[in-house]
Amino acid sequence: MKLPPFDYACPTTLPEAIELLASHDDAKAIAGGQSLVPMLAFRLAQPSLLVDLRKLADLRGIRISDAGVTLGAMVRWRDIEEDERLETAHPLLKAAISHVAHYQIRNRGTVGGSIAHADPAAEMPGIAMTCDAEIAVVGKSGAHVIQAADFFQGALTTALTTDEIIVEVRLPAWPAGRRWGFQEFARRRGDFAMAAAAVFYDQDERGKARNAHVGVIGVGDRPLRLTAVEDLLNGESIDEATIAKADAATSAAVEPQDDIHASAAYRRSLVGTMVERALTSAAAA
Amino acid sequence: MSVQFEVNGKNVEVEVEPRLTLADCLRHHLRLTGTHVGCEHGVCGACTVIVDGAAVRSCLMLAVQAEGAEIVTVEGLSNDDDLTPLQKSFRKHHALQCGFCTPGMITTAHVLLSEEPDCDAARVREVLSGNLCRCTGYISIVEAVLDARSAYGHKDDAGDRARERR
Repeated sequence: MKLPPFDYACPTTLPEAIELLASHDDAKAIAGGQSLVPMLAFRLAQPSLLVDLRKLADLRGIRISDAGVTLGAMVRWRDIEEDERLETAHPLLKAAISHVAHYQIRNRGTVGGSIAHADPAAEMPGIAMTCDAEIAVVGKSGAHVIQAADFFQGALTTALTTDEIIVEVRLPAWPAGRRWGFQEFARRRGDFAMAAAAVFYDQDERGKARNAHVGVIGVGDRPLRLTAVEDLLNGESIDEATIAKADAATSAAVEPQDDIHASAAYRRSLVGTMVERALTSAAAA
Repeated sequence: MSVQFEVNGKNVEVEVEPRLTLADCLRHHLRLTGTHVGCEHGVCGACTVIVDGAAVRSCLMLAVQAEGAEIVTVEGLSNDDDLTPLQKSFRKHHALQCGFCTPGMITTAHVLLSEEPDCDAARVREVLSGNLCRCTGYISIVEAVLDARSAYGHKDDAGDRARERR
């Protein structure tokens, strides 16, 4: 369980960090290290160079404006937990992040690190998918923005190239009055989700749902948006009958695998229940 | 690489490979063997130390990342032979059996109580969910932490005890 050998650099500017990443075929950026260091310990990753982003102070802030919430890549879970503005600026983010890992890990783990790691059961990628986040990256060829839907390509696999660094994650503005819910099931608080659901919708003047977004994690090789379930919710009152249909449609829309933690059938049923509970809490708000 | 940081109030300079974790640096280079290494991949919490005031898993941090940091290990909590109120409370409540997880429990609980002296039993359980005790002595550990709150400025409340017995 000792880490494989690697070189280490701790640049103070973003261009310097990109230069370092580009200089090696298998260099890797390290932010909080809460996913990467275990990967190193298991030798699932054996980079020749680690580029530590901890001195890049520009990547740390949480900005809130009319356009939405912008999370710097080096924002830690603890920072989100302690930022009271987010209770109204993005309550879904705040609720989801309360499920991320344990106390000690929350002090080090980062938004950018979680997005780059792309664990299919992790909350932050799930929120990015559910909320149509934009992921801003900078690399050798300049800066560009990747839509969350294009970013996550499989388990631990993303659109990020080796010389690119995530600089920020932008979540679109959250209107007052939006209905939302987040539900997660894990055997132990703080463990990865066996399944979780993030939902939100707005309401038209008749109280019917519109702009429904339903995202789930832990039931595929990446975080998923379930458009079939969203289509079923739009234009409807979110009552018991609609929610029951959404539960069944969710289970039908996913194809989880058996693994050591749960059977595919269990996860399929569980994720439906998570959507049911998330919608029930959204409707009750 | 050479790295300098402060451990338990003393400045240290160590020559380390970049791949050395902070946990191994503390144990093998600085002989501070109070920090225990259980799972070595961030699950068990036994290696928790305090880095710039925050509880951190030292097996998930590289020693080179500690450059300039102030680190407190379980050895740094008490002075000389006397135990801290939290440590005394662990003894009083029999909050350790084999003792392997205890350094991580103590460092984690110390940060929690320093920041949130009025935390309730549910909060203690939530925070300690990141620390595994394979003897499963959790009930007495939670009781010990709750009982130590007064030493951290907890506003005593008669209702506390009844609620915490749950």
